[in-house]
Amino acid sequence: MRILLVEDDAEVARFVKKGLQEAGHTVEHAPNGRDGLFLAASEQFDLLMLDRMLPGGVDGVRLVETLRSQGTRTPVLFLSALSAVDERVKGLKAGGDDYLVKPFAFAELLARVEALGRRPSVDAPATRLKVADLELDLLSRTVTRAGKRIDVQPREFRLLEHLMRHAGQVVTRTMLLEKVWDYHFDPQTNVIDVHVSRLRQKLDKGFDRPLIHTVRNAGYMIRAEP
Amino acid sequence: MRRKRAPGARAQPPVPFTPPRLLRSAGFRFALLFAAMFASAAVALVAVLWWATAGALVRQTDAAIRADATALTERWRDGYRAGLIEAIEERLAVDVANESIYLLVEAGTGARLAGNLDRWPTDPPADDAWFRTRVLHDGVVARARLHRVNLPGLRLLIGRDETERQQLEQLLTEGVVWASGAVILFALLGAWLMRQALQRRMRPAFATIAAIAGGDLSSRVVLSGRGDEFDRLAVTMNTMLDRIGTLMAGVRGVSDAIAHDLRTPIARARAKLEEALASTPETSTPEGGALRAAVEQGIADLDNISRIFQALLRIAEAEAGARRAAFATFDLPQVLSDAAEIYEATAEARGLNLTTDLPERLELVGDRDLLLQAVANLLDNAIKFTPPGGTVQLAARADPPWVEVSVTDDGPGLAPEDRARAGERFFRADQSRGTPGSGLGLSLVRAVAHLHAGDLRLEDAKPERNPPGLRAVLRLPAA
Repeated sequence: MRILLVEDDAEVARFVKKGLQEAGHTVEHAPNGRDGLFLAASEQFDLLMLDRMLPGGVDGVRLVETLRSQGTRTPVLFLSALSAVDERVKGLKAGGDDYLVKPFAFAELLARVEALGRRPSVDAPATRLKVADLELDLLSRTVTRAGKRIDVQPREFRLLEHLMRHAGQVVTRTMLLEKVWDYHFDPQTNVIDVHVSRLRQKLDKGFDRPLIHTVRNAGYMIRAEP
Repeated sequence: MRRKRAPGARAQPPVPFTPPRLLRSAGFRFALLFAAMFASAAVALVAVLWWATAGALVRQTDAAIRADATALTERWRDGYRAGLIEAIEERLAVDVANESIYLLVEAGTGARLAGNLDRWPTDPPADDAWFRTRVLHDGVVARARLHRVNLPGLRLLIGRDETERQQLEQLLTEGVVWASGAVILFALLGAWLMRQALQRRMRPAFATIAAIAGGDLSSRVVLSGRGDEFDRLAVTMNTMLDRIGTLMAGVRGVSDAIAHDLRTPIARARAKLEEALASTPETSTPEGGALRAAVEQGIADLDNISRIFQALLRIAEAEAGARRAAFATFDLPQVLSDAAEIYEATAEARGLNLTTDLPERLELVGDRDLLLQAVANLLDNAIKFTPPGGTVQLAARADPPWVEVSVTDDGPGLAPEDRARAGERFFRADQSRGTPGSGLGLSLVRAVAHLHAGDLRLEDAKPERNPPGLRAVLRLPAA
């Protein structure tokens, strides 16, 4: 993916850029809002990563508003030291697609970047999701593995659906809370882990090959190959 | 006792303007003062009127009688008894109005010598020179003002019929009675109007103050445009509120700046540690392994700092009422069953039974995420402190005008002296020191309760049992 990073803190920018490059992405960096706007308007990117507060008169929100008013649909991820709920709402309302509060784990950032860059297309909604021998039917709301029916609760179904829609990508615990449970909160303990391990037990019971993998210090991933 | 806030009103004033009880109302007291002044003025007016009419008549009569007495005494000196009799008869003959009364009798026998009274009135005390009595005058019983003059060997009575004056007095009395009725009526009406006017003029100020107290700092007092004392008070209040608003914005700016200035270095440090971790080989020497562990611990500690910081900011935000912007109507049982569902697996993993007792539907206006956070904190606490095999119950019920959400556990409970402090930031009861946690969980719950104009109560779940368990009740105003 070709990513534009607009971030005034050189240290954080260098770290993010390096990490993303190691993950196989191309990163352009602009240290202020003016340069960022110029780059975003003149070149083609798959993702914009913006600091919420930027020097140079154009902050992250202004930048997105300007781009959106010009018809740019590129996904936008906000990076911000401001966590107040209305800051988040402001950022998303202006046209942002996701909002990550600093400090963040790089794995969290990467997972969100990949989720935004490869969002499922809205034109042809899939009715069946498939990973290896695991199949999920969105119409009949059933799960089968190697043709054998697996009983899951509605929430487990949504959890599995989210993991399968992002098959091969890391999905973090916070992302699961936000997307599967639809809440922004700090659960204090690893409540999500318990849910995932329950689901994992149901899916992998009686099969040699596990499908849901724990990614150390990051989250979970569903994929066919071990 | 704390005054309860009226439920259901949030962006609007939480305390609706209700006039104080009648006797304590300043408006009523002003009105009473007004009524008293009005009545005093009326009394003064009546007194002057009385003195000028009925009083004047009395004085006039007395003066006429006195003049008559002097003249008749003169006549007695000139012509003795015959002269006096002649003078009396002359006077009676010219008295067309038939108002005068005369009677001359012998001092010893009481024999009538002249005059238009048949006999000497019997009832007055003998020695009064001036008196009033009823006499039979001209065939009619009439009230008369009389003056007795003693002459050697004679007794003379001079008087005037007062029927006319009496009629006037009666007329005046009737007038005064009717007028006092009107005075009382107008005084009460005036008092009521004054009280109403006062209340009407105070209402905008009350509404604004209540809104401010409820956290809506944008509210300002509406001016009437009359430029009177109330408007001047309102202008002063608005100036004060503008100033407070500026200060609050300043404080907010400061906390934004702190958030930025603290998070950025933490973000940098975390980035450095992550890089260091990435460059350390996975499986190497024991020193390498120790280094990795130390770096991982460093990252975990930084994440913990960020979480505490985040919780503090959330508490501050909630307490400042800044999150009211995110208020919306939502279905409480849905959020609560989600919370139970999120924690149910964790409770089960710890050998606990998490049960719910929720109504079908219960609408609430508030911040859904914050409310879930509050319930999550309560559930997290309950799960942490309940020994395996115990039960944690999440319940909700409508208790108009409130909605009560409670989390009950069979844990060790909380000592009464710790309960009051449990909502303080960073407070941790001795028994909880060994468990993980920042001591901010209940502070956040309490702040969330206050943001929603509700409160948090901690009590023994089963007071008769030991351990009693803890019940945390989050009371929120119903939608």
